[in-house]
Amino acid sequence: MVYAAPWMLACALGGFVVLVAFGRRLGEPRAGWFATAAIGAAFVVAVITWIGLLGHNNRQLTETLFDWVPIGSYQVKVSLLIDPLSVTMCLFVTGVSALIHLYSIAYMHKERDFTKFFVYLNLFVFSMLLLVLADNLLLTFVGWEGVGVCSYWLVAFYFDRDSAASAGKKAFVYNRIGDVGMLVAMFVLFTHLHTLTYVGIATGAPTLTGTQVTLVTIALLFAAAGKSAQIPLFNWLADAMEGPTPVSALIHAATMVTAGVYLLCRMSHLLVLTSSGRATIAVVGAATAFVAATIATAQQDIKKVLAFSTVSQLGFMVLAVGSGAYTAAIFLMVAHAFFKGLLFLGAGSVIHGLDGEQELGRMGGLRTLMAWTFATFVIGWLAIAGVPPLSGFFAKGDVLKGAWSYSKPLWAIGLVAALLTGYYMTRLFVLAFMGDPRFLKAAGGRPALAPPHDSPWVMRLPLVVLAVFAALAGVFGPALDRFLNPVFASTHLAPLSGTSSAALITVDGVVAVAGLAIAWWLWRGRAERPALTPQFLARVWYWDDAYDAVIGRPGQALARTSAEVIDPVVIDGAVLGVAAAARRVARQLRGLQNGYLRSYALLFAVGTALLVAYLLARTF
Amino acid sequence: MTIPAAWYLIVSALLFGIGAVGVLVRRNALVMFMCIELMLNAANLALVTFARVLHDVGGQATVFFVLVVAAAEVTVGLGIVVAIFRKRNSAVVDDLHELQG
Repeated sequence: MVYAAPWMLACALGGFVVLVAFGRRLGEPRAGWFATAAIGAAFVVAVITWIGLLGHNNRQLTETLFDWVPIGSYQVKVSLLIDPLSVTMCLFVTGVSALIHLYSIAYMHKERDFTKFFVYLNLFVFSMLLLVLADNLLLTFVGWEGVGVCSYWLVAFYFDRDSAASAGKKAFVYNRIGDVGMLVAMFVLFTHLHTLTYVGIATGAPTLTGTQVTLVTIALLFAAAGKSAQIPLFNWLADAMEGPTPVSALIHAATMVTAGVYLLCRMSHLLVLTSSGRATIAVVGAATAFVAATIATAQQDIKKVLAFSTVSQLGFMVLAVGSGAYTAAIFLMVAHAFFKGLLFLGAGSVIHGLDGEQELGRMGGLRTLMAWTFATFVIGWLAIAGVPPLSGFFAKGDVLKGAWSYSKPLWAIGLVAALLTGYYMTRLFVLAFMGDPRFLKAAGGRPALAPPHDSPWVMRLPLVVLAVFAALAGVFGPALDRFLNPVFASTHLAPLSGTSSAALITVDGVVAVAGLAIAWWLWRGRAERPALTPQFLARVWYWDDAYDAVIGRPGQALARTSAEVIDPVVIDGAVLGVAAAARRVARQLRGLQNGYLRSYALLFAVGTALLVAYLLARTF
Repeated sequence: MTIPAAWYLIVSALLFGIGAVGVLVRRNALVMFMCIELMLNAANLALVTFARVLHDVGGQATVFFVLVVAAAEVTVGLGIVVAIFRKRNSAVVDDLHELQG
């Protein structure tokens, strides 16, 4: 049953191929149903594979499909690694994807490129499965690039909008910058270990020198920073919200952005060998968690709040990886896929109901108008805020426990970020669902909107399913820990005593509720508090402005210099200079052709005389 | 007494020089033609002289070719000169400098 795994890929790829060929003929909504069925089938296969794996004693199986790239004597194979980590990833990727496909059928209703949307989504799921199932770095890289390009297409889905087109480019370029890290890591590993398989790297890693391990780790961290939106490459994710909301939920919250964390977890056997590399990972994660959380407190766009919240949660995961708490990272990743997928779909439901309105300042009072969305959003909100006993509480608790064992200052930063999580999510919730319905009145040049109705059942069903999992996923924490633990390298984290563990959990819960209470008290009945949303935070710590000043403007200046100086002066100068020189020489020589016969005869005579003189001189 | 070969060559060189200077300094197309004939015949004289000295009949044979070519050249050249004279009523070559760069 384990060997069913390739059929997962086949389902997604088959869906993609059929939709490319016959998508237009299927039309709306059948193309959407077909895509959903394909991913649903992939989910069923994932479950079968998982059950099969549970029956195996040796839970690390490789299935080779075919030989791919020969490199000297080494052969890169297209083969799948089926172990608890990849199966866990497949389960939640296909499960959440299937739900979001279903949701999209209603959300993308009457969109111009309805079928194209599902073509991209199916290709995305295929690439993501390839990424997590690959047994070597090169095949993972194929999936890695595949999800990157699908992300680009889907962010720029409304490509006739300037902002969407440039957001797509931004996402693509930031990801390419991160890819450099992945390539460097592969080069170094292949040079020294002559293998790219994860199993080979895990066994060969101890033979590498400390510098090599650190170099590879930093390179991988850079790759993960690009894909998983960590400092310094995190700011593309907020712009990626230009895509349709289901895309934000699926790609830019639940699955693709976790690829970087997955990659780092995959390389745990390498990571444990370098304390400085791991420290860098942990610091980057903690810094991202904190910085993004502060930014999320000051955003006015409902999707931007969720985007920075995603960056912050990814920071938590990276912090967990750096601390050596790999299972905690995966646990949070799975729980995050549920509650963040739920929150984005809920936000999409709100945006759908309000005719595309995304400003929190124009929402409010949706509590009674959209009861299903409200009820499920409450669960998502409490889960991400970390209120016990929902999944976020356990997942974030595990991460913070790992951070506590690793480094107290990083734990403190993580705790502040957790407090801010409760704060900004409550702010979002209060502004969107509580208070008066502000959208009923025209304001700030925007027309009044009609009170929305709740979404159709194809949108409500995914919300309910995700809400159930977001609420209950915490229960599976210990089981997931036991299931995943053999995959990762042992990090020798000091086990916590029962009392300190209980104390930490209590602190987590108190902090989450405190953040929630503060925001409730501050934002209840007030839609605007300029003092609490300073420009510094709203403008993302001026991060984009800094990149603009340091990279963008000099780049533009260079381009302008090329266009205005180098091209006209140097290049045109060379081309025109040759022509001008030829013309000048010709003008001088033209005087010889004066038309007077006698001058020609004279030249002829002189030439003959010189020739004769030369011959005579040579003879004597 | 026989005249030494060098004298023939001196005469030939003088004739050639007179012809060359004539071509360079005179403006009248007919006179320039005559000067060219002078140069050709100077060359012929040199050829014949060397044929005698070297006992090689090739030089004398070449002279016949030169004479034939010169006759043809005069025919064409005089035709052109007459045509130009009819058009311009002058045979001064300096008037014909339209073909210039």
